[in-house]
Amino acid sequence: MKAFDTWERVLLALIVLMFVGFGFGIEGFFTPYALADSTYNFSEKALIALAMALLLVAGEIDLSIAATMALASLAMGLAMQAGASLPVMLLAAVGTGALCGALNGWLVTRWMLPSIVVTIGTLSLYRGIAQVVLGDQAVTGYPETLTNWGNGSIGDLIGQPWLIVPIQFGVMLVMAIGVGLFLHATVHGRRVYAIGANPIASRFSGISVDRYRLLLFVFAGVMAALAAILLTGRIGSTRPNLAMGWELDAITIVILGGVAIEGGRGSIVGVILAAVLLGSFSFALGMLNVSGIVMSMLVGTLLIVAMVLPRWLKAFRRSGAAGPKLT
Amino acid sequence: MKRHPLAALAQVRREWLLLAIIAVIVLAVGARAPVFLTWRNALDIGNDSAILAILVMGQMLVLLTRSIDLSVASNLALTGMLCALAGQAWPGIPLVVLIGMACAIGAGLGFINGWLIMRFSLPSIVVTLGTLSIYRGAVFVSSDGAWVSDHEIHPLIKGLPRETLFGLPILIWVAALVVALAFWLLHWRREGRELYAYGGNPSAALYAGIPVQHRLVMAYTLSGMLAGLAGLLWVGRYSIAFSELASGYELTVIAACVIGGVSIGGGVGTIGGAVLGVLFIGVVNGALPVIQVSPFWQQAIAGAVILVSVVLNATADRKPGRQILDKSINPQERDPI
Repeated sequence: MKAFDTWERVLLALIVLMFVGFGFGIEGFFTPYALADSTYNFSEKALIALAMALLLVAGEIDLSIAATMALASLAMGLAMQAGASLPVMLLAAVGTGALCGALNGWLVTRWMLPSIVVTIGTLSLYRGIAQVVLGDQAVTGYPETLTNWGNGSIGDLIGQPWLIVPIQFGVMLVMAIGVGLFLHATVHGRRVYAIGANPIASRFSGISVDRYRLLLFVFAGVMAALAAILLTGRIGSTRPNLAMGWELDAITIVILGGVAIEGGRGSIVGVILAAVLLGSFSFALGMLNVSGIVMSMLVGTLLIVAMVLPRWLKAFRRSGAAGPKLT
Repeated sequence: MKRHPLAALAQVRREWLLLAIIAVIVLAVGARAPVFLTWRNALDIGNDSAILAILVMGQMLVLLTRSIDLSVASNLALTGMLCALAGQAWPGIPLVVLIGMACAIGAGLGFINGWLIMRFSLPSIVVTLGTLSIYRGAVFVSSDGAWVSDHEIHPLIKGLPRETLFGLPILIWVAALVVALAFWLLHWRREGRELYAYGGNPSAALYAGIPVQHRLVMAYTLSGMLAGLAGLLWVGRYSIAFSELASGYELTVIAACVIGGVSIGGGVGTIGGAVLGVLFIGVVNGALPVIQVSPFWQQAIAGAVILVSVVLNATADRKPGRQILDKSINPQERDPI
């Protein structure tokens, strides 16, 4: 699987087109500060999209990933209220995320259940637990270090004020490179593709399919915890509706990035490009005072167009005598 | 083959099991709070479950074909909003036109889903994920983000769910009619049987000469139509229409289906089971305030119940797991597993 193929080029062209268009069209869009600001729109979502991409390539899905974020953030908040230090709080978040992912993975592998059903159930369960614990309250008063991680720039961190790249964006890039190398440059990545393309053949060729599935779910939980830490730091509070609906955004990013929903195809480069495209697009629309719900409408349209266009072109090219393919 | 400890439990027909669980909950709650066992409370639960039952019937048709319709709640909101706006714009509009309009708009939106999925062989989950956002955005655009509040809702829309017929609220009658029609379709109509056949084995259905594409579009159109009808009833019952109306309700609908034993893998599920699934959610939601448990528990309980029922299902028929996200849309490309 090539990491940089036709679809990635299309995405890159779209990004360039968008930046040029909005750069001329909107005053103040093409300034370093605005661009740095725009990365907040997608950095956290891209983190969970990376994990979602691995799962989709392996033919699985995790709809509970945003609910896991809420639970991880809640664990961090409870640890803080119990008087824990920052490292313990982070450990609580990551541990909770890993546990949530492990439960998903265990249900999928041990009981041979379809992941979409399992994660619809755990979505309700995790979100529900957050609601039971918090009710209509919120946890606030997070330490300043956490707030700085969520809002600060890498420059502040290393004492170089000119470097205004947000920490979140840096974390996202590091994780993207890590996941990208894993998927595209290791034998484990090849196996993930193989599992997605044909799990039965993979099993017969000696890949421990279930172990990979389980670990991918745990990884999704850990990434959700990481995203939750950054998001909680950025907004400074934990509410039961934290990151509500982000699972859909993450799936949109992954599909737009060219990962096939049926598994076995896709690249991390495409996913990151799609995250940048969607994030900057909605940032620009925000500068144009377009309301959030209209934005999500456009994103939904984009998602469908992104799927229809390649198939339509294929059918069009072939349509000489045969006409479009029977469904 | 080693028998699993849960297997004995799972051999009992799941409808009876579910019915027994519901009965136990009702009696246990009733023992603590006798008010729960009154006719009035039963009517309340019935009223609350009616709209869910209508939506579940539509969703079930779609699930039977190995697809999923995540856009039902957005469809409901859009249709409800358009009906509310129509009632506002034309005060003289007759009820029949409103109902017809709700069904037609809903069916249209459902048809778009089905057509996209069929025409371009797209995975249903992604298409309906997209239309979920699009329809929800359209609610906002059509109303300019404004709320249609109680006094602006047409009296006919508000009056509809409050009518009673033979002592039962009209909502329950409508739900019963929809359930009866769904039963008729799935048991006595060729089209309904073909939905089961297609979900059970898409390639075999295709070779048997079933017009699978038409059936798929039919299931989505019907699901949309019922969502539209539910939208009109919803706006009438709660006498309000706004952008976030019924947001996230699609998960409750799917939860009711799963609890009722409708398989997301397609081809499996009965009307009776689905109705019991609805009833289960209705009874749990009705019982929580009565026994003074915070309603915040609702979602967590629904989630736990979904997980338990799918695990029970899995022990009932121990076939190798079927992947939900495989190329199920195109029967010709499906690997013969």
